[in-house]
Amino acid sequence: MEKYLADVAIVGAGGTGLRAAIAVAQANPSLRVALISKVYPMRSHTVAAEGGAAGVVRDDDSYQKHFEDTVAGGDWLCEQDVCEYFVRHTAEELYQLEHWGCPWSRKPDGSINVRRFGGMKVPRTWFAADKSGFHMLHTLFQTSVQFPSIQRFDEHFVLDLLEEDGVCRGVVCYDLQNGVFRQINAKAVFLATGGAGRAYAFNTDGGIVTGDGIALAYRHGVPIRDMEFVQYHPTGLLGCGLLMTEGCRGEGGVLYNKDHYRYLQDYGLGPETPVGSPKNKYMELGPRDRLSQAFWNESKKGRTIKYPLGEAVLLDLTHLGEKYLHERLPLICELAETYSGVDPVKQPVPVRPVVHYTMGGIETNGRTETRMEGLYAGGECASVGIHGANRLGSNSLVETIVFGKVAGDAMAERAMSIKNVYESAELDRQAEEAEKRALSLFDVKGGESMSKIRSEMGNSMEEGVGIYREEEGMQKTIDTLKALKQRLPNVPLSDRGRVFNTEWMNLIELGYTMDVAQCMVHSAINRKESRGSHQRLDGPNGAYKQRDDVNFLKHSLAIYNKETGLPDISLSDVKITTFQPAKRVYGAEAEAAEAARKAKEAK
Amino acid sequence: MEQTLNNKTMKITVQRYRPEQDEKPWEQTFDVPYHNETSVLEALFYIKDNFEPSLSFRWSCRMAVCGSCGMMVNGVPHLACKTFLRDYEGKDMKIEPLANFPIERDLVVDLSDLIEKIERIKPYIIPAPKDKNMPLTKSFKQTPQQMEAYLQFAQCINCGCCYAACPQYKLNPKFIGPAALTLLYRYNIDNRDGGQKLRLPFLNAEEGVWSCTFVGYCSEVCPKSVDPSSAIQLGKKMSATDYVFKMIKPEE
Repeated sequence: MEKYLADVAIVGAGGTGLRAAIAVAQANPSLRVALISKVYPMRSHTVAAEGGAAGVVRDDDSYQKHFEDTVAGGDWLCEQDVCEYFVRHTAEELYQLEHWGCPWSRKPDGSINVRRFGGMKVPRTWFAADKSGFHMLHTLFQTSVQFPSIQRFDEHFVLDLLEEDGVCRGVVCYDLQNGVFRQINAKAVFLATGGAGRAYAFNTDGGIVTGDGIALAYRHGVPIRDMEFVQYHPTGLLGCGLLMTEGCRGEGGVLYNKDHYRYLQDYGLGPETPVGSPKNKYMELGPRDRLSQAFWNESKKGRTIKYPLGEAVLLDLTHLGEKYLHERLPLICELAETYSGVDPVKQPVPVRPVVHYTMGGIETNGRTETRMEGLYAGGECASVGIHGANRLGSNSLVETIVFGKVAGDAMAERAMSIKNVYESAELDRQAEEAEKRALSLFDVKGGESMSKIRSEMGNSMEEGVGIYREEEGMQKTIDTLKALKQRLPNVPLSDRGRVFNTEWMNLIELGYTMDVAQCMVHSAINRKESRGSHQRLDGPNGAYKQRDDVNFLKHSLAIYNKETGLPDISLSDVKITTFQPAKRVYGAEAEAAEAARKAKEAK
Repeated sequence: MEQTLNNKTMKITVQRYRPEQDEKPWEQTFDVPYHNETSVLEALFYIKDNFEPSLSFRWSCRMAVCGSCGMMVNGVPHLACKTFLRDYEGKDMKIEPLANFPIERDLVVDLSDLIEKIERIKPYIIPAPKDKNMPLTKSFKQTPQQMEAYLQFAQCINCGCCYAACPQYKLNPKFIGPAALTLLYRYNIDNRDGGQKLRLPFLNAEEGVWSCTFVGYCSEVCPKSVDPSSAIQLGKKMSATDYVFKMIKPEE
């Protein structure tokens, strides 16, 4: 097998992976960086992020406000020390991207403009029209090409981590273009592989978002944290699930039910704000979990609109006018017109909640270190602790660069402290084992269908671990996944080739996604309370409908059990520094609560 | 989606090529059911899931922004995810890999030449000496007008459709080509950049802007309306100005 000896191996070349690679290259140009991605970097799903990235720059804003929005938005399941670091380092990273060429939208005087976003007290979302992720990703990719120490392994699919003496020392991957295997040894390995939205049938994600890195870490016994928290974005297009950015509402878009009623006022987000005058943390600018839950309730009340492709409410942008929409939300206009046949300038767009983001992930500390020495994780595949039970829009895009940089610096430091490159017969043996395992899939002679298993998994996740959850439904999903996992080894490959064999790769990906799906549902059934995006309808006398800080102000950890092949779920402490848990409120209730707090402080 | 499948089907012919088995490309035809929203990409999913799991093609975002799924549809370069069967109603459809690139496998082409050219033209801000140590607490001033000048040329998703359309690239693969030249021009007119001089040699070179004969087909097929042909014409102007400037004031 071909072998490459690196100082740092980065798996995933989206926003996080690229930012980390650049940080390593800048920290020390003599460090060899292997940047491994199963697609060309600019295909990574960062590219699809629309709305923007949060960073405190306005005079009326403060780190404290961003911190409080983030922690309360996460229903107090955030690591507060990590959040404190995070909010203080967003703006510098956003400025860094600006210096590298990112076309952040501007005010007429040429300075940075920011827009409103859900759950944020003050407008603080930097945006590049509604193509923020696209511009960030291309800027990072293009910037990265000037560093000769970054060796890219494009279209290389990672099959396993190499681990020796409990230390992560490399990866083994399959080069799609050439149909060969490559072993990459490294002093530090960074997983930046993105989320796992493809565990669900209806999602905003690209086909590549299959949870690979989460599954790789999980299989090596690394704890996976808070996986029950899956974000449903409230506004996806019917049928395809493509995203209508929260920026739509930030710019003043409103949501109507079938009676042309702004239903959000019935769900603790009111009173109704006038159309054209959006108000932070009110109505349409509430957080995503609350908005998606409101849709679910509207549907139960029969107040949604029925279309051939499903139920929807209406996202109305028409009052913003053609010029403004084409300037601020050009991609939204293009997507709605292309994929739904609706021109948002003229008509409201039918939308519904859709799986969007994996709040949990590989447990790391604030330095992106996992519990396995030498293994780091960042971005959506990781749980560094800033999203808690519900991520605020525009926090994750900036997370990619803040923690990509942290990881790059930390890994450069580690690589410089280790004198020799790792090389051993044991690592070679593991790489060959991984190759053999991958090749053994060609010997399968079963009668199962990969696409059937995939869609049964996706549907079962929607049914059992959707916006609202109950023990019975979750148990059913647990059983279904177990059965599907038993069927997976009986999928035969009809494609016998090695070059760009996507059938083979998709089968391995499906195995990854299935592991991640199991982490999600097993974590969910264990959490007997409602918090953030995890809402339950059951329990004795409906007890699980409430947040339960006594028993569940804790992270969930999913740890792989080799014997059962299932995750064991345990709880771990949440780091609380200054912001004590309180009731999570929005709209007028939030203002009243804040006034009361201030009055108390004044006494 | 299942319930909205109507009785319509389309005959879709897909070009196949498996380098380990096939001496040359061959064709395979499928009857694919479709509805009003079915994209070419979804038709390929249908084929892969139901008829031919070994068919290889690139895709990811499904929303015309990742740039993975460029391919020829009835001889014209398109993004499969942004092309719909409804627009070919009553006709047959033929899907082939992007023209002018070596075929790697089925609908997957070897894009390494495009990627190398993008990397070659220095597609990043090269700060002027005075801006080198700009602190991370402030941004460059860039008015909406200054941004407007390059923004359209910064919308390229690197899908390769313009290279598949370019008659010059077909004749001379050394031609830097539409996407990379557009990106070069994009950085050269960004008011934050001070590296124009370092990029001009690529612009001025024989395989630079002057290879373009202004057919304009690249702009016609561009799925993101980047208009590379216009960037190249503006690049010619920049190159000519540079030439005149050098005549008057030769480099020290």
